[in-house]
Amino acid sequence: MSSDYIITAEHLTKKFGDFKAVDDITFNVHKGEIFGFLGANGAGKTTAMRMLCGLSIPTEGKATVAGFDVYRQTEDIKKNIGYMSQKFSLYEDLTIRENIRFYAGIYGKSNAFIKEKTARLLKQLHLEQEANKLVGSLPLGWKQKLAFSVAIFHEPQIVFLDEPTGGVDPVTRREFWNMIYEAAEVGITVFVTTHYMDEAEYCDRISIMVDGRVEALGSPGELKRSMNAASMDEVFLKLARKATRSAD
Amino acid sequence: MKQFLSFVKKEFHHILRDKRTMFILLGMPVMQILIFGFALTNEVKNSRIAVLDNANDIASTAIRSELNASRYFDIAADLHSYRDIEEAFREGKIKLVVVFPQQFNNDLQHFNTAQVQLVADASDPNVATTLVNYATSIIKDYQSRITGDRRLPYTIDTEMRMLYNPQLKGAYNFVPGVMALVLMLVCTMMTAITIVREKEMGTMEVMLVSPVRPLKIIVAKAVPYLLLSMINITTILLLSVFVLDVPINGSLLLLIGESVLFTLTTLSLGLLISSATNSQQTAMFISLTGLFLPTVLLSGFMFPIENMPLPLRIISHLVPARWYYEIARSVMIKGLGLGAIWKETLILAGMTLFFLVLSIRKFKIRLA
Repeated sequence: MSSDYIITAEHLTKKFGDFKAVDDITFNVHKGEIFGFLGANGAGKTTAMRMLCGLSIPTEGKATVAGFDVYRQTEDIKKNIGYMSQKFSLYEDLTIRENIRFYAGIYGKSNAFIKEKTARLLKQLHLEQEANKLVGSLPLGWKQKLAFSVAIFHEPQIVFLDEPTGGVDPVTRREFWNMIYEAAEVGITVFVTTHYMDEAEYCDRISIMVDGRVEALGSPGELKRSMNAASMDEVFLKLARKATRSAD
Repeated sequence: MKQFLSFVKKEFHHILRDKRTMFILLGMPVMQILIFGFALTNEVKNSRIAVLDNANDIASTAIRSELNASRYFDIAADLHSYRDIEEAFREGKIKLVVVFPQQFNNDLQHFNTAQVQLVADASDPNVATTLVNYATSIIKDYQSRITGDRRLPYTIDTEMRMLYNPQLKGAYNFVPGVMALVLMLVCTMMTAITIVREKEMGTMEVMLVSPVRPLKIIVAKAVPYLLLSMINITTILLLSVFVLDVPINGSLLLLIGESVLFTLTTLSLGLLISSATNSQQTAMFISLTGLFLPTVLLSGFMFPIENMPLPLRIISHLVPARWYYEIARSVMIKGLGLGAIWKETLILAGMTLFFLVLSIRKFKIRLA
């Protein structure tokens, strides 16, 4: 196992009764990489991601995240990852500043760190004027960007994004991806699930899951070449058509 | 610790921001105490009654004026025949008719026995019983006065003493009941709802991915409501002592300690509900129908448990409020100490532990 890998998964499997939600998947993610995790609804993406986040214990196989074992060291994993889900996850009845303070607080960050970094972040997002406004009053695009900033506020090694751009307009999506690039530049590994094939093109490497298995793995260019497809859309459709499971 | 404090602070923000809910939470106990204390009393005052006096002699007039003088009755009508009775009740204003037979005084003087007929409107049986009892005791009073000097060979006098609540005030019962009710509502329903809200919003998931231990999340959620309940208990006790004149006969410290215990029971019940449900509506529905109604109906606060059929009596043992109600009444009204309520205390403590263990286990299963 190379030390360059920040996530490794070998023969990772999760069964619910007889149902194999994740069926023997093997892949590695490099440090600082933007790794796209694709698949139709019900293909097992979320289950796989939950195992990597330490929310769910695998049935079989091995996996490490940031060098920690997903069976025994879930607490260490949790300290080193950030997470943002498709469900919007800031408190609407708290102000921007309070949201930041709260999330930084649960990662045990010092007051000095929080203060200094909050000022920097607000400036970056041009939200200084709104810092004491309730999050509920912000437009969705801003909320999403803020949620991402909060997810990496404690400077994790890896950030897991579960369909982060759902319901957001194309311009904001573009801006959101710029933020993802910036995060990757400072060395944060980005593990992102998405439904948008144009977003898949932005990733360094992607894996496509079908029926609980990883059916394709590689850079977008490699995948298109090997599948003889003109676009990621085509790659995805060719693979997804093989699915026998219906979406949940 | 810092994690924990950020959490508690956040919970307070949630509560303080939601002015409407906070107003309801803090105002509800005041409202309930005032409503139960003044309006919803089952004491009977100034009930309108009618008299059909066929005798019109010394004895009947004397009793008549004593009934009228008591604060329970107002004589609103004088009837002249038996047929009037039915009509008087039909109009609905008269609750009780007192009928004196002809020769009432005569019978009393010469045969040592005379009959008064009390006809009550039993469409509300509780009121009817109470009125008949009041009237009977006034008539007996009169009787014992006139026979005072003429000792009869065989008479049994029943002398009643109402222990602990000599004036038979309804508030004595309601205050402990309202305390149980308010704690049940504030703690159980509110904790259940706020935890389920985090599930609905997806913030719970983010928290579970963070290094915070689930137990900390749960305890932090409970702290503000514990505090709120303490405020409510204080308001209720102040109101009941200074407005309703209900004394606290026992140890205040014991009463507060037991209230904290009951608060913990209700909090853990709230946790259990939240771990079993995924939507705020369901949580609210379960809290209301599953807890609020049994608390009102089966804790003994509205209806005496002794009068219930056996199955209901057995079910009432499962209602935490029943035990707290017993405790609060014993300490507040009867002035008893821990020695008299250790069994109830133990039951509450056991229930709390049971709910807590169950909800934490459910929480863990969900994570696996």
